[in-house]
Amino acid sequence: MKNKKISGAEAVIHCLLNEGVDLVWGYPGGAIMPVYDEFYKFQDKLKHVLARHEQGAIHAAQGYARSSGRVGVAIATSGPGATNLVTGIADAQIDSTPVVCITGQVPSHLLGSDAFQETDIIGISMPVTKWNYQITKASEIPEIFAKAFYIAKSGRPGPVLIDITKDAQFELFEYDYKKCNGIRSYIPYPEVNDDSIDHAVKLINQAKKPLIVWGQGVILGNAEEEFKNFVEKSGIPAAWTILGLSALPTSHELNVGMVGMHGNYGPNILTNKCDLLIAVGMRFDDRVTGDPSKYASQAKVIHLEIDPAEVDKNIKVDVPVIGNCKESLQMITNKIDKRSHKKWISKFDDLMKIEFDKVIKSDLSPNKKGLTMGESIIAINEFTNGDAIIVTDVGQHQMVACRYANFIKSKSNITSGGLGTMGFALPAAMGAKMGALEREVVAVIGDGGYQMTIQELGTIFQLQIPVKIVILNNDFLGMVRQWQQLFFDKRYASTEMINPDFVTIAKGYYIDSERVKNRKDLKPAVERMIKSKKPYVLEVCVEKEDNVFPMIPSGASVSDIRLD
Amino acid sequence: MEKRKNYTVSVYTENNVGLLHRISAIFLKRHINIESFTTSESEIKNVYRFIIVVKMTKSGVERVIKQIEKQVEVIKAFYHRDDETIFQESALYKMKSSSLFEERHIQNIIKDSNARIVTVNTEFFVIEKTGFREDTEKLYKDLAPFGLLQFTRSGRIAVSKEKMGISEILNTFKNQK
Repeated sequence: MKNKKISGAEAVIHCLLNEGVDLVWGYPGGAIMPVYDEFYKFQDKLKHVLARHEQGAIHAAQGYARSSGRVGVAIATSGPGATNLVTGIADAQIDSTPVVCITGQVPSHLLGSDAFQETDIIGISMPVTKWNYQITKASEIPEIFAKAFYIAKSGRPGPVLIDITKDAQFELFEYDYKKCNGIRSYIPYPEVNDDSIDHAVKLINQAKKPLIVWGQGVILGNAEEEFKNFVEKSGIPAAWTILGLSALPTSHELNVGMVGMHGNYGPNILTNKCDLLIAVGMRFDDRVTGDPSKYASQAKVIHLEIDPAEVDKNIKVDVPVIGNCKESLQMITNKIDKRSHKKWISKFDDLMKIEFDKVIKSDLSPNKKGLTMGESIIAINEFTNGDAIIVTDVGQHQMVACRYANFIKSKSNITSGGLGTMGFALPAAMGAKMGALEREVVAVIGDGGYQMTIQELGTIFQLQIPVKIVILNNDFLGMVRQWQQLFFDKRYASTEMINPDFVTIAKGYYIDSERVKNRKDLKPAVERMIKSKKPYVLEVCVEKEDNVFPMIPSGASVSDIRLD
Repeated sequence: MEKRKNYTVSVYTENNVGLLHRISAIFLKRHINIESFTTSESEIKNVYRFIIVVKMTKSGVERVIKQIEKQVEVIKAFYHRDDETIFQESALYKMKSSSLFEERHIQNIIKDSNARIVTVNTEFFVIEKTGFREDTEKLYKDLAPFGLLQFTRSGRIAVSKEKMGISEILNTFKNQK
């Protein structure tokens, strides 16, 4: 390759190939056309999927990254193309998803002139990217791409944006690629401190009522095996945050459920009864902690965390164990005593019985006429054998899906956790499917979020991406309506929706589709959907005014969790 | 309530377009007002040093330091109380030249305050004073009655009493390679 001059645009393709990329999501436009011309020439080596909106492209790249563990790539033109990526970039930043975004930019001599489709995407994206850079010379391309991929996937992953002026795409230069192995100002994997391990081990061995809360760090660190060994040897009950879900199988005997606002009764109540809280790869989000001044204040806290900025950010920690949890978990497991905590675990069982009687029973086997979200999720479990990737949007259906979906394998729960981006699920599901073609991918979406990115049905149809889409339709923005009911005296301001015929819309995209309204039709319909080898839209008309419980009211303590 | 205090935040960074924005955005996101902000090349070639003065709680500034250090191109960030640093500010005072001769008192003020005349021409003259905020503030008050044409004060520059060890950090990286 050396000594032969190529264009910056062609160099972009070679950089992507050098990083092992074989699929990118995007949308063309003026300032990125030279790169698209190269996509055309290299289409046998590098697949480009045309989304129907740049937001669809970035969410698809996120879904791809989360199901495959690889870096997702999204590409867009300057101006509106670039700004349409921003929601997805912010989502990837707060949920630590490795994505590289490439945007075209007006020629460098026009920068700052308010040229057609010029926008300062570097300035706009700066607060929501792990790193970003504007390339104005072709010769910068190899080094910047190498850095971008290294930064996106190393340490705590995150989104990176590269903006390339159009003249840099045309410029010819001698291409030479060297992978990035380190940056002197950047420590992605802080070394685990032996003293912190010893301190943690001592507390774990002494604890009488310990509780583990794990997050996505276990998945991002590929530490599922180490985590399972730690849980099993310590015998400590383990609860998950929404993004940690699926790192340990649902059926594992020490898996005691979800923490947080709509989590399970037991782990929330007992957070304020435990004597030791071991947080693994999680960041004490306010949806997890409720009022932080009343969160586990009786307990010692150990925090296994790769990002030093998360330590002591929301909750004061007694023993920070900074570093990759894949390493630290193993070091701790080697040194702790093998124990079991039968009496303590029975407290979780007792509280689960209460939750079952008051909430779960009527969610899953309702005696009312209308269908519930819970029984829809159980039907999906049944026909996927709990082995599907479940992609959810944001709202009631998301909470219900996370509460009731079964998981066997890791990287199987994909949702917008931190940012709470409605419209995430449909494009993320198509990305997730492309990132894990052998897996069944079921998107569970509310009627509100579905209509935010409904245009991606076009992408799904054109590529025949066999995702299964379940719309849990209550003709309401259900979670907002629930808050209006509970905290705003049932003033349902702008939450009721008169929806279109979702089946007809799917059929307009030539996608198989059906609607169920009655209990007897639910399971057969889910079975037909799962058996189909093609994309499929199933609309389930559910009770209009069901609420999600348990619930920790905003700003209350975790132990003030309500069952009704 | 934790008390808010003056802290001098020192940040060593790579030389990169946009870092200023990235660092100031960390304060903006948390609605923290920056009292002063200066940047220049440090004792190490191509390594830049930001000096930022903020009024914050100790736990707040600790969290902000970690967010700053998290930025890929930040080498190291520190925070210090006023008594842990040697710090100065510079101020320039532009006045009408005629006042220098008509108001003899001005010359005494300049002498007493250890200020320095940088330039004099027929129209105006410029006084420079480096010191603590109180010093430049006092000189401002003393000169104001005679009519200031322009006044400007720099942000704080500061060095720490403790060692910062930036070269060592950079060398560790070199040795790892």
